Amino acid sequence: MRLDDTERAMRAGELGAARRAAIEQQIQVGITFDAEDFVEVSQVHLMADTESLGESGVAYLEDIAALPDDERRVRVPTVTDPRGIDLCAYRKLNQEERFAELERRAIAALTSMGILMTDTCINYQTILPPVRGEHLAFGDTGSTIYANSVCGARSNFEGGPAALAAALTGRVPRYGCHLDRARLGTHLFEVQECPTALSDWGALGALLGLRTGSYWTVPVVTGIDASPTSDELKHFGAALASYGSVPLFHMPGVTPEADDLGSVFDGPTPKADVITRADVDGFYASFGRHEDRVDVVVFAAPQLSMVEMQELARLLEGRRVHEHTALLIATSPENKSACDRMGITETIETSGAMLLRGVCFYQMYARELGEANGWQRLVSNSAKLVNIISGYGYRPVLATTEACIDAAVNGRM
Amino acid sequence: MSERRITGHVGVGPKASGIALVARDNFSARYDLDRLRGIFSRPAHALYGQSYVDKVLVLHTAKGGVASSWMLREMKSRAMAPAALLLNYGNPIMAQGAAFAELAFMDRFELDITEAIRSGDRVSVDPGAGLVIVG
Repeated sequence: MRLDDTERAMRAGELGAARRAAIEQQIQVGITFDAEDFVEVSQVHLMADTESLGESGVAYLEDIAALPDDERRVRVPTVTDPRGIDLCAYRKLNQEERFAELERRAIAALTSMGILMTDTCINYQTILPPVRGEHLAFGDTGSTIYANSVCGARSNFEGGPAALAAALTGRVPRYGCHLDRARLGTHLFEVQECPTALSDWGALGALLGLRTGSYWTVPVVTGIDASPTSDELKHFGAALASYGSVPLFHMPGVTPEADDLGSVFDGPTPKADVITRADVDGFYASFGRHEDRVDVVVFAAPQLSMVEMQELARLLEGRRVHEHTALLIATSPENKSACDRMGITETIETSGAMLLRGVCFYQMYARELGEANGWQRLVSNSAKLVNIISGYGYRPVLATTEACIDAAVNGRM
Repeated sequence: MSERRITGHVGVGPKASGIALVARDNFSARYDLDRLRGIFSRPAHALYGQSYVDKVLVLHTAKGGVASSWMLREMKSRAMAPAALLLNYGNPIMAQGAAFAELAFMDRFELDITEAIRSGDRVSVDPGAGLVIVG
């Protein structure tokens, strides 16, 4: 890879040990993906929940935090993805003190590096929305696919250590989504029925992800005859990225790099793969139903917007969550504060639901959480969550928002 | 039995060797593994219930989820990691995680790696040379 003067200085250790280690790691990755040089980034979104970090990851952060101030501080604005523990709620959730202690250590280390503890995967809705052409290092698959596709910004999936490296160096290897040629469409899908429910959008994203199935594919979606909302594209993108490891999609007439099909395909337009309503219904059916009993209903993955929170409050007003069922709702700290101020939190919590701040269900020690509370039968409107969570010992079911609330109130589907 | 040499793209991490564990399925440390017990825990995964510890893990593609990049190092710190990871198609997360964990990783082979290697084969991996030796 070609290095400029700053990059050579970092590699030589002139800007400290942490930046030297970071750029060495980035060069290895750059060579693997044939990057010719680096590109500077304007924002970093860092995934560093303690369930993923473990003791070794937290110790790694603490080693950096122990360096002199000028060696440990990030070079570009850096925000965090959800944490592993909600320190205001973990006791009520029967989570162990050792997890909270690990979390406190991680927060202290990250804060000392100048990282903003935003604790959200919807930073594109709540913190600093990306701009078309902006180069980023985003560290959540959902935030990355939204930034690339809906905003027209440019980021690869940057896992926690890579996002931290980008924060320390202020740049990333230039490959994949940073290059024009990697942003062209590779597959064409025609949707016969435009989704309406958020879970339908998630199901559609999942179906496309299952049919593409590689980071290096770019699906192009036609048949969307209405303007989707930010929340709808959030669920669609999060599921597509989760099931297919896909970082970018185009939706002609909707997303900024796709004025029409000609602008997203280099050469002839491929034959369209059709997605029918029956395909979507079949996807729901693949999870079955919990007709006997529901242990936990979860709204998360991605965290909820203010609009989603308001809708849940409307659906829960005057109703009571069943005594055998838990209802968990996760949002960002900023949205939680706003919900507190607007009375939304009170309405939701009066129903018996629990509103969680700055976490996401699958990132908060989901296996131990399930074992501690006897939870297996899970219902969610998030196609992403139901994809992830079976590996943690749950039996997930996908349902619409309304059906999820009914399940929480009735204790069964 | 004679050695077979398979070339792929230059990867990351140190040389490694071990017994292969192979499936035509995909991979995410978050989605698929019980990392405390060192087994595949996702019921729908082709390797469900099998131990991946110290194996040369051979699978088709990387799946969604960025957590694998922290998790590979965490698994290695407890001696509960695979010896190497070989995929037909990786993604940035796997390469970043392998670089961070100092774990052998390669992808983009001259042939379908899940068909070229069978579970139980002895495999040596040289990521810097982009070379896999079977047998």
